Amino acid sequence: MFAHEFFRNALLAGSFVALACGTVGYFVVLRAQVFAGDALSHVAFTGALAAAAAGLDTRVGLFAATIAIALVLGGIGRGAGEDDVAIGITFAWVLGLGVFFLALFSEGSGGGNGLLGARALFGSIFGLSAGEARLAAVISAAIAAAALAIARPLLFASVDPAVARARGVPVRALGVAFLVLVGATAAQATQAIGALLLLGLLAAPAGAAQRITSDPYRALALSALLALAAMWAGLALSYAIPSLPPSTAIVSVATALYALALLLTAAGVSGRPAPAERTPQSAGSRN
Amino acid sequence: MLITSPLTTAGPSLDPIHDLARLTEYPFMVSALEAGTIVAAMAGVIGWFMVLRRQTFAGHTLSVMAFPGASGALLIGLSAAAGYFLFSGLVALAIGLAATRRGSDDRGQESALTGAIQAFGLACGFLFLSLYQGVLGSYESLLFGSFLGITSSQVLALAAVAAATLAVLAIAGRPLLFASIDAGVAAARGVPTRAVGVGFLLLLGLAVAETAQITGALLVFALLVAPPATAQLITPRIGLSLVLSVALGVLVTWIGLALAYFYGYPVGFYITTAAFVAYVLARAGRTVGDRVGPLRRARPLEAGA
Repeated sequence: MFAHEFFRNALLAGSFVALACGTVGYFVVLRAQVFAGDALSHVAFTGALAAAAAGLDTRVGLFAATIAIALVLGGIGRGAGEDDVAIGITFAWVLGLGVFFLALFSEGSGGGNGLLGARALFGSIFGLSAGEARLAAVISAAIAAAALAIARPLLFASVDPAVARARGVPVRALGVAFLVLVGATAAQATQAIGALLLLGLLAAPAGAAQRITSDPYRALALSALLALAAMWAGLALSYAIPSLPPSTAIVSVATALYALALLLTAAGVSGRPAPAERTPQSAGSRN
Repeated sequence: MLITSPLTTAGPSLDPIHDLARLTEYPFMVSALEAGTIVAAMAGVIGWFMVLRRQTFAGHTLSVMAFPGASGALLIGLSAAAGYFLFSGLVALAIGLAATRRGSDDRGQESALTGAIQAFGLACGFLFLSLYQGVLGSYESLLFGSFLGITSSQVLALAAVAAATLAVLAIAGRPLLFASIDAGVAAARGVPTRAVGVGFLLLLGLAVAETAQITGALLVFALLVAPPATAQLITPRIGLSLVLSVALGVLVTWIGLALAYFYGYPVGFYITTAAFVAYVLARAGRTVGDRVGPLRRARPLEAGA
């Protein structure tokens, strides 16, 4: 298995992408912003197509589009879960734009565009070159490091924005910076592993980690570890069963881990006190 | 889905009667307009409740289940419609049951669950597709459907689904509204809020499944979210806002179809852009109105808790 270069490349890129997704995903779930993450991963598709239609490098389009939309979403945002409607509308329109660029692009190149679309959505982790894999690893490591660097204030701002603001934490700026980080993750993950995989790795490991432990730092570490485990197990499974696409295998393992965590916490530990102060809503309604 | 009519080169004459006559010159455009109107009207009503209940993410998840539904049906040789219904029904049940399990006071877990279910559904679709090893239409028609090839029997099917959906909403509208606006009080008054929530998601899933196969998954989603949100920004009055939502949806659809007919380029692009512009205008109008003066504006409808 490790004798093949494509597999070593996939393992290198996949491990770091999984670590980044697990780390960023913890905050995404904590802040109830999975929909924003989903939207940003679809925006990546439009960015790639716009760059292709304009004859630019797709990477430029990916990062420019996701970061621009992240700034917009951060700017209009009023609080976790409050602005799903605005996100939905923005992202339906951005996808409409994507189809427009697709039409422009296919006018220019005459065909072959379906492939680009499919690659943007599903990626092909087994098709990375050594250079691409190294680049993906470096960018993902930088994203994870950035998330860890702002972890403490971000945690404070996510759990109790009002108190954090009173203590002088720049809650709004942190929220925007965090969405930009999610946008960068989406742009990076889309070209390496596909938009589909991104959503699975953002939501499932973090959701499972937060079910298992309510200690924030332990949950953060667990989320990254679970994402890594899903990535490794998925890659191995997909290698063993050639008809199983890697993205399907990885997302399936991540979902299975989440389902397991839900079952365990629902059945075995129902006497466990509800995790306190996880979100402002839950803290408020339990008083 | 590029509509390339023989007249594409000639733009509209800006004489409304003449343009309307040209728009309805071909049977395919008549069918497209009929189908678009039906879908927009239905989406305007059911989407209004979706926006009120803040279930946009769930709505999006249900609409992209068109992909695994279609590819799964292709793989085992079922009709596409059966695959769509099966997948969106299952996902609606899963989201409804799992997300509302503990009174759903934890939005983080709710959004993580919805995201995980969506990713898993899409992963299944990708697996089906690679097992089938065939071509599943174009990526674009999956997203935005093909308004070109709508037959009159499809229009009839759409009308039947829309009528059934609207009938259910008419019957269950009052408890649904009550449960959406204030779940706590509704539960105390004996409204089965959880059953209402699951039932609503099922209805949304089935309605979306039927329309997605004709007009495309993302176009349905755009019509579900944008016109209702715009209407709810404009007026807090329930009846008026519902009417406005339907009217906006139909208007946006007609504008999109007409622009695509006269200028080429995809319908999906025009409809989503028109819907987006309407929302941005309404939002800007609200902001200006709030700043300018005490016009005794009521707050927009907001879901409780």
